[in-house]
Amino acid sequence: MSAAKSKSGDFLLAVEGLTVSFDGFKAVDDLSFYLDPKEIRVIIGPNGAGKTTVLDLICGKTKATSGSIKFDGKELTKLKEHQIVHSGVGRKFQTPSVFEDLTVFENLEVSYPKGHSVMGALGFKRDAEVINAVEEVAETIFLTEALNEPAASLSHGQKQWLEIGMLLIQKPDLLMLDEPVAGMSVTERKKTAELLRVITRDHTVLVIEHDMQFVGDIADRVTVMHQGKVLSEGSIEHVKSDPKVIEVYLGH
Amino acid sequence: MFDGYTSSELMSIFAMQGFAGLSLFSVFVLMALGLAIIFGQMGVINMAHGEFMILGAYTTYLTSGFFQSYLPSLFGGYFFVAMVLAFLICAALGAFVEWLMIRRLYHRPLDTLLATWGLSLIMQQAYRSIFGAREVGVDLPEWMMGAIQVTDLVELPINGLFVMIIALSIAVGVYFLMYRSGYGKKVRAVVQNRPMAEAVGINSAGIDRATFALGCGIAGVAGAAFTMIGSTGPSSGQAYIVDTFLVVVFGGAQSLIGTIVSAFGISQAQSTMEFFLSGSMAKVLTLLVVVGILMLRPEGLMALKVRR
Amino acid sequence: MKSSSPLKWFATREGLYFVALAVLLVVLLPLALDPFRLNMVGKYLTYAFVAIGLVMCWGKAGILSLGQGVFFGLGGYCMAMFLKLEASTPEATAIQSTPGIPDFMDWNQLTELPWFWEPFHSFSFTLLAVIGVPVLLAFVIGFAMFTRRVGGVYFAIITQAIAAILTILIIGQQGYTGGVNGITDLQTLNGWDIRTDEARTILYFVCVGMLFLCLFVARLVQNRKLGRILVAMNAQENRVRFSGYDVAAFKIFVFCLAAAFAGVGGAMFTLIVGFMSPSFIGIVASIEMVIFCALGGRLSILGAVYGALLVNAAKSGFSESFPELWPFAMGALFIGVVLAFPNGLAGLYQTYVMPLEDKIFKRNKGAQLEAKPAEKAAEPKPTAEKTPDYDPMIDSYSPEKS
Ligand SMILES: Nc1ncnc2c1ncn2[C@@H]1O[C@H](COP(=O)(O)OP(=O)(O)OP(=O)(O)O)[C@@H](O)[C@H]1O
Ligand SMILES: [Mg+2]
Repeated sequence: MSAAKSKSGDFLLAVEGLTVSFDGFKAVDDLSFYLDPKEIRVIIGPNGAGKTTVLDLICGKTKATSGSIKFDGKELTKLKEHQIVHSGVGRKFQTPSVFEDLTVFENLEVSYPKGHSVMGALGFKRDAEVINAVEEVAETIFLTEALNEPAASLSHGQKQWLEIGMLLIQKPDLLMLDEPVAGMSVTERKKTAELLRVITRDHTVLVIEHDMQFVGDIADRVTVMHQGKVLSEGSIEHVKSDPKVIEVYLGH
Repeated sequence: MFDGYTSSELMSIFAMQGFAGLSLFSVFVLMALGLAIIFGQMGVINMAHGEFMILGAYTTYLTSGFFQSYLPSLFGGYFFVAMVLAFLICAALGAFVEWLMIRRLYHRPLDTLLATWGLSLIMQQAYRSIFGAREVGVDLPEWMMGAIQVTDLVELPINGLFVMIIALSIAVGVYFLMYRSGYGKKVRAVVQNRPMAEAVGINSAGIDRATFALGCGIAGVAGAAFTMIGSTGPSSGQAYIVDTFLVVVFGGAQSLIGTIVSAFGISQAQSTMEFFLSGSMAKVLTLLVVVGILMLRPEGLMALKVRR
Repeated sequence: MKSSSPLKWFATREGLYFVALAVLLVVLLPLALDPFRLNMVGKYLTYAFVAIGLVMCWGKAGILSLGQGVFFGLGGYCMAMFLKLEASTPEATAIQSTPGIPDFMDWNQLTELPWFWEPFHSFSFTLLAVIGVPVLLAFVIGFAMFTRRVGGVYFAIITQAIAAILTILIIGQQGYTGGVNGITDLQTLNGWDIRTDEARTILYFVCVGMLFLCLFVARLVQNRKLGRILVAMNAQENRVRFSGYDVAAFKIFVFCLAAAFAGVGGAMFTLIVGFMSPSFIGIVASIEMVIFCALGGRLSILGAVYGALLVNAAKSGFSESFPELWPFAMGALFIGVVLAFPNGLAGLYQTYVMPLEDKIFKRNKGAQLEAKPAEKAAEPKPTAEKTPDYDPMIDSYSPEKS
């Protein structure tokens, strides 16, 4: 909501010394990285590197053992999940999670950032403003035709888009997407890349992805994680030619 | 509440009530073990657990009657026969119940709770129809009567001691089964990652049935032991069920040691307070403290951290 | 999703189901039953309040409370305390060693009214407490549990333990609570004798009125976005949370709502039955309340009313003729509903009766208004409150999801 306010050169997201340990096992270990406003950052790394856990930490699903996450001047580690959402961070999960019994329209409506308190939800009305916002987002995510269908009837790829749409309608400053093209067909993949390009015009995006070609398509910068730490960071070419990265990730 | 007692008086009060609490401790451990195995493995709470225990108690009652009439010379050993029978009968019924309803209710733990509550109503009424509403007791074999004099103030009844030994040996047995046997390894695999366990060829449905039957069988043994320290009525099992749930939850659902520690703590707290307050207030206070702590620390005393 | 004109609503399918229930409760039963039986029905209806609360709390939001009897009892005891004080005037209790306090206090050697009884001299305070005390307790429990993400089986067990605690406490503290006998011998409400046939009939109608009030509140909640969030939360708590909702607040709200309904039901119970005792609030009573809701259909507020009526009527019937069979029937009911009919009678109605209705309506649109309630009210059939323009999530429960 207020990302535009941060001066250029200021970071939108600053993760510093982030550590989480599960019964002694450090899934994320003294991790630091910084996102500029409007940047597209891709996190890659082998399975179990701790990528999903980083997103969990940022959105509050997992509590950090130590370290700080500063977003737009606010310390996220102290906030509850819904407060983090309200401060402008949206998160898409690795497996599509939409409300299967609701229609596409209702899925988007539920995510519309109004009436989020108990009393607000009691008084919420579907007015023209809501309908407009829903239709606008539906067009972006290629689901205008399917607005009145139950989400359960969508294809896997469409569900992924719907979930992205549910984030977009909240007008977040930072969008975090966990493997958005996993399990998609080639055409869906292309469309998703296109969708991401539209989104990145006015959002900062943090993506986890394995598909290197897709990464090359969209990323401004790439962070490679391994065993909870940053292994390498920089442009896609830089990362691809980094011998450490080839050794643990790309090599096999 | 300690007004008017000298410290040495307090010491002996604590000692006395402590031993009294050990009977309660045994019952808690015996009941909680079966419940905890099932809950830990399947996330299912068996509301009919107390009734399975009572089934074991009635089995013991019948066995003792049989020995009295037909094998009086062997009466001293009837308890061990009864214990085995109680285990087998309860485990068989448990397996049947699992097949009939529990397996259809996975992923619906709340519904399982209601269904097993229905089962408990039916079992209770069946006992009432078969054995009558009055409580029945068994005759103790001779060697179990009497008490051991520890000091001139403190004496331990042998039956209470015996039941505690049974409770602890079953706990040790369960420990070996769960942590030192192939079956236990499979159980833990299923608990931690069901799809993965299935993928490596573990028959998780079979494990579930075996676990449920085992839990019920242990309840049966608990019932057999229960007859040694109290009499049995159709609804005796229900009297303990809430306490036992709290013991299990308070201990941390998957922790055997936690269960025993919490059984010990709760039984001791209750019996000690009983001396100073009325019985009902002691119970209210104990339950309130346990519920209060659970509200602050819902994962129980000793809990595994698992990804949800 | 209210229709523009309130009158039109009565002609919708949902409206007609409400009308049918109203006809049954306001016209048919009072005409068909003598005052004694009608009073019994009134008693059953007080349980319907609890069942409606459970639909919202358990059916929709997936929070199973096995301690609803606690809230029912608190509401009931608040009312009973007021009535008892009114019955314990110094004149009426002149033979006691301390006149002017309730008889059971005198028997228990109390010489003074305990402080927490004092405010119950006031009727307005009592009315406030009937809702306020249960809601306050629900809030404390809900706040402690839901902000720590305790739910499911744990929550059920803890609420059950709370029911146990309250029962033992009430029984143990005879002097303050009347003990196991409860608070009995209630006579007048602000001078009006509640024991006459006429008063009981009036109270029955008051109860029906309150019931409809609760039904409309519940309907309002379920039809708003709030209701949709509750259901969504049940299926996908995390998605709701990361859509920016404070899940704990919603759970606390619905738990308090259910407690408020139960409190009102309990107060009506005291008025209609004429006494309150711990046996109505303990573990067994509390879990029975869940079956009222489950039988009616855990997602249907109207179904809950029929469920409460049917189970209680069956219970009375059985205990008059075959008391020893009732536990078997009750046990079978628990198992059967859960295993075979998770959507209860409302679910059956929706699958088997509603298609028939559709056929009839298509052929005979004009007669819709009169034909419907008459046909419906002839026997207490369960209904689901589904209309074609209903949100699909309001009425379908698929076991696999929860
Ligand atoms: N709550 C938790 N409790 C215990 N261990 C956890 C928890 N969350 C994550 N882990 C562990 O942390 C490690 C990192 O997991 P994470 O899901 O972040 O990896 P990832 O990089 O997203 O892998 P993938 O590419 O397979 O998605 C894993 O070994 C995982 O088992
Ligand atoms: Mg991942």
